[in-house]
Amino acid sequence: MGAAHLCLANVAFAAATGSPDIPSIFSPASTPADSIYHLSLFVLEVCFVIFVVVFSLLAYSVVKFRRRPGDDGREPAQIYGSNQVELAWTVIPIVIVVVLFLASARVIHAVEDYRFPPGTTEVTAVGHQFWWEFQYPQQGFVTANELHVPVSDPAQSTPTHITLLSADTDHSFWVPKLAGKTDLIPNRTNNMWIDPHETGVYVGQCAQYCGTQHAKMLLRVIVQSRDDFNRWVAEQQRPAQNDSNVARGRQVFESTACVNCHTISGSGAHGKFGPDLTHLMSRETIAAGAALNNRENLRQWIKDPDVFKPGSLMPAMQLDEQDLNAVTDYLLSLY
Amino acid sequence: MAEAESVLGPLAVPAREGAKPFFDQVHDWIVTVDHKRLGIMYIVYALVFLVIGGIEATIMRIQLAIPHNHFVSPQVFNQMFTMHGTTMIFFVAMPVMFGFANYLAPLMIGARDMAFPRLNAFSFWMSALGGIILYFSFLGGSGLYGAGSAPDVGWFAYAPLTSQAFSPGHSTDYWIIGLLVSGVGSIGTALNIATTILCMRCPGMTVGRMPLFTWLNLVMSGLVLVVVSPLTAAQIMLLLDRYLGAHFFDTQAGGSAVIWMHFFWIFGHPEVYVLIIPAFAFISEIVPVFSRKPIFGYSIMVAATVTIGFISLGVWAHHMFTIGMTSYGNAFFVASTMAISVPTGIKIFNWLGTMWGGKIVFKTPMLFCIGFLFQFLIAGLTGIMLSAAPFNWQLSGSYFVIAHFHYVIVGGILFALFAAFYYWFPKMSGKMYDETLGKWHFWLFVIGFHLTFDFMHIPGILGMPRRIYTYEPGRGWEIWNLIISIGVVFQILGTLLFVLNLVWSYFKGKTASNDPWDAWTLEWATASPPPEYNFATIPEVRSRRPLWDLKHPEDPDWKYE
Repeated sequence: MGAAHLCLANVAFAAATGSPDIPSIFSPASTPADSIYHLSLFVLEVCFVIFVVVFSLLAYSVVKFRRRPGDDGREPAQIYGSNQVELAWTVIPIVIVVVLFLASARVIHAVEDYRFPPGTTEVTAVGHQFWWEFQYPQQGFVTANELHVPVSDPAQSTPTHITLLSADTDHSFWVPKLAGKTDLIPNRTNNMWIDPHETGVYVGQCAQYCGTQHAKMLLRVIVQSRDDFNRWVAEQQRPAQNDSNVARGRQVFESTACVNCHTISGSGAHGKFGPDLTHLMSRETIAAGAALNNRENLRQWIKDPDVFKPGSLMPAMQLDEQDLNAVTDYLLSLY
Repeated sequence: MAEAESVLGPLAVPAREGAKPFFDQVHDWIVTVDHKRLGIMYIVYALVFLVIGGIEATIMRIQLAIPHNHFVSPQVFNQMFTMHGTTMIFFVAMPVMFGFANYLAPLMIGARDMAFPRLNAFSFWMSALGGIILYFSFLGGSGLYGAGSAPDVGWFAYAPLTSQAFSPGHSTDYWIIGLLVSGVGSIGTALNIATTILCMRCPGMTVGRMPLFTWLNLVMSGLVLVVVSPLTAAQIMLLLDRYLGAHFFDTQAGGSAVIWMHFFWIFGHPEVYVLIIPAFAFISEIVPVFSRKPIFGYSIMVAATVTIGFISLGVWAHHMFTIGMTSYGNAFFVASTMAISVPTGIKIFNWLGTMWGGKIVFKTPMLFCIGFLFQFLIAGLTGIMLSAAPFNWQLSGSYFVIAHFHYVIVGGILFALFAAFYYWFPKMSGKMYDETLGKWHFWLFVIGFHLTFDFMHIPGILGMPRRIYTYEPGRGWEIWNLIISIGVVFQILGTLLFVLNLVWSYFKGKTASNDPWDAWTLEWATASPPPEYNFATIPEVRSRRPLWDLKHPEDPDWKYE
């Protein structure tokens, strides 16, 4: 059954490699994930050999040494042990363990003690119940839930260094195709890095239980070409749109509790508890990936967040229909 | 052989229970200090919680069978995994192991009771109280606010989620106090088991002649004494944080979330060995009897167990590879964790060595032992994968980890426990279980176990984290989750047959002889069930297999030891 198990797993991995939406650890697209992948193949091979040897011994014993029908009823030879045999099955595992340790230590060093080249993009990720804040200190803006990074130059690595902080409880940043996970712990600064080889969207999610809506603290990393990334940065650096057609929505937004938690640059909203909404409509999803970002979902989210994310810290805003539509229109203008 | 006879001489016939009115019988059980009755109470108590913990697991598996399911709310789901983990570790696995040690250790060393019978009763009732306190949270968790709520902070309750800021109400307090109280019981029982084994052995039973069962339970007790204390200390610190303004783990006031992790896992990892070492103890008694050979490499088995005990105290931070330790810290815990696989491997090889050249009898207990060996082998190998820190950065906190430790706890510990139940049931009840039902139980449980836990590795590799109440479709996780949930059905059927077998056999089963397995340790030398004082005359032993010596006077063990 164990062998069948491995075969099935292999089928799954083969399928996973082909599909961009399956965040398989066995289809790496960045150096840390890639070096882990190669180590894991080596460990899997060693373990598979051990499995075959020990399983064969077990199966052989069960078949060969079963009491057969018509047994004479005499006890078998009473063997108490053998020091030579014990020595053999002590020394061989020690050798295997030393090899596996050295292989692991090499990758630990390569990933953790990595020296950042010039041109590294700096991002600070702050975990919140139940969403992600991404600060770009070099460029001076803040966004949420969808991390944009430039693709790494294959000739000369241009990685992204992510500083990990938490505003409340423990979280963990895990995008399996890009790197192993690293926790975001309050009162502690952690680090990780990625250097994606290919553009595209990479999915992941919070991997350390952080409270009621841990399950919908989803994560998207959007890897762009250098030009696209620079264009995106320029858009994010602009203050928010100020469209006079939605002045009423803006006025409702600024006169209700919305401003306690959300920031919209260039307006009166400076809250820090919730995601920055300055360029809300540049994001594909809302509520940390729980719903697609469109008019219907936004309206529903403002009206009753529990529909998408029961237990989320965003309250139902109790607006009347008119105000609700006005605020929705205002948010829809925030490109 | 007459009921009142044993190989050691005549025994008084045990008093018949039916003679007393029901209320007096219940009273007898409540006030008892007899190690056998306390042992059975521990075991029955654990079985009740096993069913409760199983129901909680079933609720989770129904919820996760399909993506975006609405069977339970996220709040209820989070309570379910918290209660499932806490219950299975603290109120199933630990008490059931204590129960078997309580029942069997004095019998195996030829003693009439534990060293401290009253401490024994006190410890049991403390453990029982702990479980009741934890489950009372369903009624009283929110205090005066209205409806109750169970704790929802996860079984390792990472700070600062447990602080007042993130866990208002009293559900977390019930979790803390439940574990604190049952921890006192665990320490009392461990002290008692260790003292009994060290001081109460019958004449001739040197430590080198003790059954492996008692050796392994001695190591388990030592570990409990060392590791339950830091957990208890941490629970008290957490209570101080919550109610007296201390800031040990309160990160909003400069406390450390990481310190809680250290406290918890310095308990939590050796705890795995607290549970698996008694499972090893069952295997080490049952495999030789059904292979008709003595245990292979007795002294090496003892040495390997003691080594596991020591190394297990230095591996805890492998649960923390993702918290951003330095590369040196990570490398140290890779080395110590991998090192523990060496003595563990030695044990597996010695069990195989015991079977090698034997005449293996496939009664139900032996089937479960073979299941144990196969599954524990795989559990050990996935453990090696997880011990390679970089691989762990991907696998930690994913469904792969869930699969791994359920392979240890269900595939290893629970299979060994089922073997122990069938093996010692005739001794404890005086009745034989039904062999056909036992085999049905085995095969149903094997199918269910492998459907659930083999396929659980895969969503972990495909990026599915643990502790999520729902998941997005289209990530390649759906089919595996459905199969995992289907496996639960088989496990439930197997467990029902198991309970049915025990209950039916207890009332209607055939009377068991004193020594139905033709075994070699002292518990088989007295009546089934043993009388209150265990042995009419304290036996004297000359080897590790006293009953072999009696049955084979022409070729006794003591000639070779």
